[in-house]
Amino acid sequence: MEQTTTFNFREIQERPDRLAPGHRMCAGCGGTIAVRNVLKAIHPGDRAVVGNATGCLEVSTFMYPYTAYEDSYIHNAFENAGATMSGVQTAYKALKKKGKIQEEYKFITFGGDGGTYDIGLQSLSGAMERGHDMVYVCYDNGAYMNTGIQRSSATPMYADTTTTPAGRESVGKPQTRKDLAAVIAAHNIPYVAQTTFIGNMKDLYVKAERAIYTPGAAFLNIMAPCPRGWRYDAPDIIEICKLGVETCYWPLFEVIDGKWRLSYEPRKKLPLEDFLCKQGRFKHLFKPENEYLIEAFQEEVDRRWEELKKRCEE
Amino acid sequence: MGISERMSGNEAVAHALKQINPDVMPAFPITPSTEIPQFVASMVANGEIDTEFIPVESEHSSMSAAIGASSAGARTLTATSSCGLALMWEVLYVAASNRLPILMEVVNRALSGPININAEHSDSMGARDSGWIQIYAENNQEVYDNTLQAYRISEHPDVKLPIMICQDGFITSHAVENITLVEDEAAKAFVGTYEPEHFLLKENERMAVGPYAVSPYCMEAKRAQAQAMINAKRVILEVAAEYEKISGRKYGFFESYHLEDAEYAVVAIGSACGTIKDAIDLLRKQGIKAGLLKVRVFRPFPGEEMAEALRGCKAVAIMDRCEGYNGNGGPLGAELTAAMYRAKLTAQTVNLIYGLSGRDVKVSDAEEVFRKLKALADGENLFGEYPYLGLRSR
Repeated sequence: MEQTTTFNFREIQERPDRLAPGHRMCAGCGGTIAVRNVLKAIHPGDRAVVGNATGCLEVSTFMYPYTAYEDSYIHNAFENAGATMSGVQTAYKALKKKGKIQEEYKFITFGGDGGTYDIGLQSLSGAMERGHDMVYVCYDNGAYMNTGIQRSSATPMYADTTTTPAGRESVGKPQTRKDLAAVIAAHNIPYVAQTTFIGNMKDLYVKAERAIYTPGAAFLNIMAPCPRGWRYDAPDIIEICKLGVETCYWPLFEVIDGKWRLSYEPRKKLPLEDFLCKQGRFKHLFKPENEYLIEAFQEEVDRRWEELKKRCEE
Repeated sequence: MGISERMSGNEAVAHALKQINPDVMPAFPITPSTEIPQFVASMVANGEIDTEFIPVESEHSSMSAAIGASSAGARTLTATSSCGLALMWEVLYVAASNRLPILMEVVNRALSGPININAEHSDSMGARDSGWIQIYAENNQEVYDNTLQAYRISEHPDVKLPIMICQDGFITSHAVENITLVEDEAAKAFVGTYEPEHFLLKENERMAVGPYAVSPYCMEAKRAQAQAMINAKRVILEVAAEYEKISGRKYGFFESYHLEDAEYAVVAIGSACGTIKDAIDLLRKQGIKAGLLKVRVFRPFPGEEMAEALRGCKAVAIMDRCEGYNGNGGPLGAELTAAMYRAKLTAQTVNLIYGLSGRDVKVSDAEEVFRKLKALADGENLFGEYPYLGLRSR
């Protein structure tokens, strides 16, 4: 698949928001930045059904009797956003075939990392493997934020969460994070990408548009920081995302028809410390006796970065 | 009028589905309901129906996808049994509260454990309070007839609730019997097309499904849902009356077999009722006034009507093919006894557990129940504590 995506910053930003203001998400929430910008990639005039796994996003954007979505919208439960949207998309196919509906629709569903990496993984895997013409977007903030910052399989190693608290006998989450984009790429679907909020959102926009307009199943993994869970000053979100990318903690890449491609390679990779030191969840790592943990974390990031580069060279 | 055939219960369902030609079917294999998605998939493959079949990766996803498809405006169904139904449990409630008229063919089978694949009602009884209509069948003819009536009930504007059409695993689902089918054209005309008022893909309209609702709204939504189940009682009878016109077969909330003048009655659900009827025929020849109340509709629960039908009885055995694990018997026993109390009935009652995990029920078993009922009415309890029917003593 080779697609040309034109990026006209002003035109895109002037598109009306499909997630209306007035929802109840926190100020500075990364999740809503992800949703607004992904939905901006739907071409004006095209119709969509938006879905959600249970989480902050759902309970704050569709609180009866108000919905913040300009499009038709469905929430079902926590672990089944993939299956639910696969049903919607199949109904579209069936009704279109029978001539009952005429319009063209896009199908986009959002889940947090808890609903995607963990409890919703089977449902997501099924929907991707069956090749439904839909996009699954994970807004990855690295923990169960809705229930109060519990660890997920997306939580980075050593992060202090309420179920992996740092303490006298604990240095935070003992395990490294799951590489979900690679897991989904292994489904051999036409489009997988990882992105975050960088610069003027071009990377996110281009990937969202490709995901939405590529026929078949597509998956987007978006690092979407949570000021409450990560414990940073809310206005620093863009700086934090930038550091995530510049330290290679959160690489930007695409997998198009099985071919891995790096979207960005920092000229000079910054030390992981620069990313960690901004966040309260890693505060304990900066105690003198814990310096070895930062080294271990750096090694893990380096190993995965080298592995990714190798994949992208093949 | 009508075509004579012979087929199994699962084949009868498939035949009804062919006549209905639903829009979407997500399903996952589980014994003994697996044949139903297999039959649908092969009818799709052979171009006999234009249903979209989704081979999902679990029953949870099968119900989740059904909820998505039905919300999007598609006439939707699935089929399952036992653990598959249990895995759906969470989203059964979502389907009902979203007021989605999904059809589910339930081929009743025991829940684990021990793992067992045979007939028992523990699966659908476990889901009895999930907001789904439940209609049970004695034989293949009834499974077919109930399936043709299903969407007319569930899609009715005063109802809009999901519906389970239940049959006994293997006994009904796999055994071949004579059956009279409704002609295609008459069946199609009876079922009609699905024209939902609102759906996700409706032209010039947007819709949001599955909100978070705070306390000031939730209770009213739940009461409205309860009203739909109450309304279903009227609709079920209206649909049955219309169905009688095209089929010649009469349906209600339950079937009364020699109940009008019965002194001793058994109340039961499903395939065992055929055996109980045979026992009644034998006992009636001996002058014993035995009768049967065969429950067809369990949700909504027609408690008043059942109690009224049992008013003249001296002793009633309520039989559950489902253990309640509550020290108090099974669900039919608990609910019907309560209904009888409200109706101020004075009959002696006993709640019997029978047929678990496919344990066979014989004519002699049913005869024994009636004989013990007679003794109970005369003041002697031969049933004993916590009675089970057909339990081996060693």
